[in-house]
Amino acid sequence: MRIQRLLIANRGEIAARVIRTCARLGIESVLAASDADLQSLPARLADRVVRLGPAQASASYLDPAAVVRAAQAVDADAVHPGYGFLSENPALARACEQVGIVFVGPSIESLHAVGDKLTARSHAVAAGLPVVPGGEAADLAAARAVAAEVGFPLLVKAVGGGGGRGMKLVRSAADLAHTLDLAISEAAAAFGDPRVYVERYVESGRHVEVQVLGDGVRAIALGDRDCSVQRRYQKLFEEAPAPLIPDRVRAEMAEAALALAVHLGYRGLGTVELLYDRERQTFYFLEMNARIQVEHPVTEMVTGLDLVAEQLAVAEGLPLRLGQEDIAVTGHAVECRINAEDWAHAFRPSPGRIDRVVLPTGDGIRVDTHVQGGSVVPPYYDSLLAKLIVHGTDRADAIARARAALELLRIEGVVTTVPVHQALLDDAEFAAGGVDTAFFERFLQTHQPDLVGVT
Amino acid sequence: MELSPDDVRDIVRVLDSSGLDELHLELADLTLTVRREGAAGWTSEQQVLRRPVVEGGTEPTADTEPERPRAAVAEGLVAVHPPLLGTFYRAPKPGAPAFVDVGDVVDVDTVVGIVETMKMMTPVHAGVRGTVLEFRTDDGEFADKDAVLLVVDPASESAGLGEGAQ
Repeated sequence: MRIQRLLIANRGEIAARVIRTCARLGIESVLAASDADLQSLPARLADRVVRLGPAQASASYLDPAAVVRAAQAVDADAVHPGYGFLSENPALARACEQVGIVFVGPSIESLHAVGDKLTARSHAVAAGLPVVPGGEAADLAAARAVAAEVGFPLLVKAVGGGGGRGMKLVRSAADLAHTLDLAISEAAAAFGDPRVYVERYVESGRHVEVQVLGDGVRAIALGDRDCSVQRRYQKLFEEAPAPLIPDRVRAEMAEAALALAVHLGYRGLGTVELLYDRERQTFYFLEMNARIQVEHPVTEMVTGLDLVAEQLAVAEGLPLRLGQEDIAVTGHAVECRINAEDWAHAFRPSPGRIDRVVLPTGDGIRVDTHVQGGSVVPPYYDSLLAKLIVHGTDRADAIARARAALELLRIEGVVTTVPVHQALLDDAEFAAGGVDTAFFERFLQTHQPDLVGVT
Repeated sequence: MELSPDDVRDIVRVLDSSGLDELHLELADLTLTVRREGAAGWTSEQQVLRRPVVEGGTEPTADTEPERPRAAVAEGLVAVHPPLLGTFYRAPKPGAPAFVDVGDVVDVDTVVGIVETMKMMTPVHAGVRGTVLEFRTDDGEFADKDAVLLVVDPASESAGLGEGAQ
């Protein structure tokens, strides 16, 4: 089936991003916008706008029934869920299926398979992927048995957790019983699911991920990315390819990601997240994200592909048009996430009215944004304003160009994280490449912003 | 029409070969200025003027609730405002007991609620010693920076503390 009218059930920069591909492909774009977003830049860019619901996400972007109602109201053939919100929610996929609307994402079975950490892990094991040594711990005896295998320090993780939530570090055997009790009761309270598992704690790990695309039968790997620069499990900066990975390991990572995609009969865009152990130079499966990612543009820059277009094609039921041999990674790309946050005040959110937006432009420079002069950044959603994506001949070139581009970029009216990126790009350890996920917190300790003159 | 980053890049390429320093383009629903910023490179300033026509669904629910006189606080009482605008929650998570209830005694540092702004949680401190008199913002309700979340009857130096305390 050919998609002719696409409902975009999301907001912010990703909505603008999907609209751009629709315009290029001649697909009519309909933005489903909450009351807070009816005058947003994506609403101005879309061919049509339909009201989704009130500003509160629970009654709009997070309500599958509201999304399907909006899709039916405009007679859309397909729904693009973007990232976050309902993008990996089987309830939306099912609701779409029931009324004969294409959900631009993987099958309901795949969403279930990777949506639960333990299920995802068992699929990864079945597909032959290495996982962090560990296992489920229903009680203390089970936890002790797993601990004997993996050693200390270890992590107790909530099955229902994610994004760093529901994770506890246990340094020694003496702390296991107490931490396990705490983790189980907290998991039950926070996620409504008391199940926890225990796994080895990797002291110095990098977050490396492989982009895959499948048509349900065949799958291809579109290179890897490094997203190790994080604060409280929120990514700030990403790059492709992941630097300083031995060729052999890089090839193994791609093979592992493909094995999982093929095992799942995966159809759509997906990201296989891996934990790269810097000391052992090996990797473990972490989880699979069954959606387009925020950082997808770095992959687009180095492969020359439009991932949204590829995603729409497989959602239409078309077989992959590319083979693995068609995928070539050229140069290096970096992405700076520019958020409405105040570094000088512990990254305090800074919603408000944007006065002016001036963007760098030229070869190898791309800015994905949802704001322009006069835009209001509402307080209800995340703080991402724009992504600066820069492509260079190699990593040093990409970083140098990104630094120059940041100098030119102006988003006035709210406080942004541009200064954070300027400091980051100037850091020697970062410039050397391959920092671990603990790097950025260390970086913040030594790069406290100058508080003089700040009220 | 929309100009994609690729289109703007093409324009910059043309400008690069022209020797011009600035280009101002005005279309029906869009303005674009591309400018050379010294030696560092080109910048663009785009403004999409088109106003979206919203269809389907019901009309946006305008805030028809009559504004309660929230700002007014009787003499001698203290209003607690959010540290920044956001959605006010009275408990650390849904279903959990409230941080404080009417009648509770609070100190300057007592957490009386949290405010969620852009998916980030900021604690709200009482900022004053005294007894919680009433809540003026409901759980899950959006609060502007100047909204009154709750009202505290400040403790006098010698007495007052302990009344209503559990």
